[in-house]
Amino acid sequence: MTDLTRLLAAGLLAVLGLALPVTVAWADELVIGHLEMKGDRDYRRSRTFAAFLNQPLGRPHAGGEVALGEVKWHGAATGTEFALDRQRARQDELVATAEAMLARGVHFIILDLPAPEIASVSGALAGRDVLLFNIRAAADSLRGADCQPNLLHIAPSDAMRADAVGQFLALRRWREVLVLVGPLAADRAMAAAFRRSAARYGLKIEDERAFVLSNDPRQRELNNPLLLTQGSDHDVIFVADSDGEFARNLNYRMVDPRPLVGTEGLAGLAWHWSWSRHGAPQLENRFQDQEGRPMRDPDWAAWLAVKAVATAVQRTQSEVFVTLRDHLLSAELVLDGFKGNRLSFRPWDNQLRQPMLLATHNHVVARAPVEGFLHRTNNLDTLGIDAPETACRMTR
Amino acid sequence: MNWLRNLMLGGVLALAMVVPAAAKETGLVFVSSEKDNAVHVLDGKTLEVVKRIGTAARPRHLQFDPARTRIFVACGDGDAIDIIDIATLQLTDRITGIDDPELFDFSADGGTLFISLEDDAKLGILDLATYFRERESKPDLDVAEPSDEPLSEEEDEEEGNENEEEGGEEAGVAGLTTIEVGAEPEGILANPDGRTVYVSSEVANLVHVVDLASGSIRANILVGQRPRRFALTPDGRELWVSNELAASVSIIDVASNTVSATLRLEPPRGLRVEDVTPVGITMTADGRTAVIAMGRANHVAFVDVAARQVADLVLVGNRAWNATLNRDGSLLYVANGLSDDMTVIDMERRRAVRSVPVGRVPHTVLIDD
Repeated sequence: MTDLTRLLAAGLLAVLGLALPVTVAWADELVIGHLEMKGDRDYRRSRTFAAFLNQPLGRPHAGGEVALGEVKWHGAATGTEFALDRQRARQDELVATAEAMLARGVHFIILDLPAPEIASVSGALAGRDVLLFNIRAAADSLRGADCQPNLLHIAPSDAMRADAVGQFLALRRWREVLVLVGPLAADRAMAAAFRRSAARYGLKIEDERAFVLSNDPRQRELNNPLLLTQGSDHDVIFVADSDGEFARNLNYRMVDPRPLVGTEGLAGLAWHWSWSRHGAPQLENRFQDQEGRPMRDPDWAAWLAVKAVATAVQRTQSEVFVTLRDHLLSAELVLDGFKGNRLSFRPWDNQLRQPMLLATHNHVVARAPVEGFLHRTNNLDTLGIDAPETACRMTR
Repeated sequence: MNWLRNLMLGGVLALAMVVPAAAKETGLVFVSSEKDNAVHVLDGKTLEVVKRIGTAARPRHLQFDPARTRIFVACGDGDAIDIIDIATLQLTDRITGIDDPELFDFSADGGTLFISLEDDAKLGILDLATYFRERESKPDLDVAEPSDEPLSEEEDEEEGNENEEEGGEEAGVAGLTTIEVGAEPEGILANPDGRTVYVSSEVANLVHVVDLASGSIRANILVGQRPRRFALTPDGRELWVSNELAASVSIIDVASNTVSATLRLEPPRGLRVEDVTPVGITMTADGRTAVIAMGRANHVAFVDVAARQVADLVLVGNRAWNATLNRDGSLLYVANGLSDDMTVIDMERRRAVRSVPVGRVPHTVLIDD
């Protein structure tokens, strides 16, 4: 059926009063953009195959697809149908691709991009009628100095991940920590986030040592797990390794039998396939049925981005961008992330407040905020950068 | 003439065999335990466990059939609804092939079961006479191990190939028809008028009003985030729905299918609004008081229905999920899912009077009084 005949048929039905009471005779399509980068190293097969604890197992577009199945009814009253427009572009064409989406009337775009590209796209679209969803990048700078009013962060920040671990260590009274930090900027950012958490929760950093991933004997002080972990009296090792390869090799090769946290061993995650409460298994099953692999953080975040837009349509009974944006940014917003708490975006930096799952490869050991860590307004705000300490200056 | 007399005699005999069991009220208390894969039977006076009845995996919702001779048990991981005979306290039958049943309700005549099929996003309508007449054979009544690893985990593996799942309950279960609803249907309530069934969808945040005559959805009512359970006022005019993530109750005007009021449940002292996760909801027979289990807030709220105000809060165990009144409305039994116990509340004084252990992750309580 062509569009014209469909329109005519729908119009005829409506005129004759035969329209079903539930499904509106014709539907508006609300399109959510999904922007990916060609050659993104996080999705190279060698990396997804390695299944590092805190990294994706495949493109998170799949999460949005699962959400589309869940929001079929959210637009019933407004006659809205939701759709995804998935685009993959070279690094130097990302901004132009996002611009083209806007030109097609797309006002919500999921950014499946690394931190620098998120900063450039959101900066280029500053002041435009668009909301961007960061589903992947943990960099605190995106929520701090580089924050943008049009950029919402569903992915937890480095600070939130570190605070989840920090709370847990404080609870266990494993207070003395050896920090190992890799050579990448993201590694240094993770370590900086943990230093902040350590100060917050009364942990003592015994020593901080740099590592490199290599077998070069001339660099043995930097690459040998034994040399890196000797001569320090600590309870646990926090390893800041955004790549993952070194951390994977470190476990069980340290001098003293001490647990590993941070990138390996126990990590603070947005999602974990084994979480069995709050309806999480139902979502995990839907995802696995579709994709044949477990859901990871970016998948969950892409899922929630679509759910957030649909929730705004349902609650406001509107398709007007400004109305939807205002609802998403308001304190009234109640998102269901299948993690137990009601979720909403922090007004000071647009970060989604959410519980964190402290997980090993096959089990969630604890959910943060860990019991006993309280906040004056919302306990979820014990995780990450709080209003008084934010470096984000924006009016939204 | 003879055959007619025989028939009548047979009918009388059949009645005579059924009636004594129906009339017998045992005073027993039944509690489903999700992780023990059992329904525990407690003496109504001592509240001591007198029997453990093993079931298919993960028993949750319990309900008497309208004759009150049997208890139906939704076994989510066992993909079954088990049937317990009250007189003998035995598992006597099983409805199989129901994919992850969560809650259900009976039609007023008891002939039909309305089931929320969580994984399929459907309302299941099961004609019981057709099911029992046409099913191939009575299934083995295997019970799940009393551990948290349900047997169905292995079964799931076996039916991992998609084809078998495709066959699903619609092709396989005699007497079952389905209606598509929003994702993760949860609460089910059959209006006693026999014309309407209400279904809440946790994911779509809707209450679907299903018209039974046409088998279609008459209205979709937007309620709060993650709607869970229902209670109908005795006059049939208001339908109350608990919204787990919105810390509220939506009050639906049944005549117009619109939300006429939203009751916010303020957190008890020392707790936050995010701790208030209401699920279980029930009404007193006089329709004056609604009782709402507040989940993580570990309290039960007594709501003045006319004033639409919380009148009292009573502290119970951890994550109070379901609350059941006894027949004369003098006692309330609250299942506390995360402290593995049950709190008994004196309704007149609105005070907790007993708290007893009842197995791991208690879900629903029934009182046979």
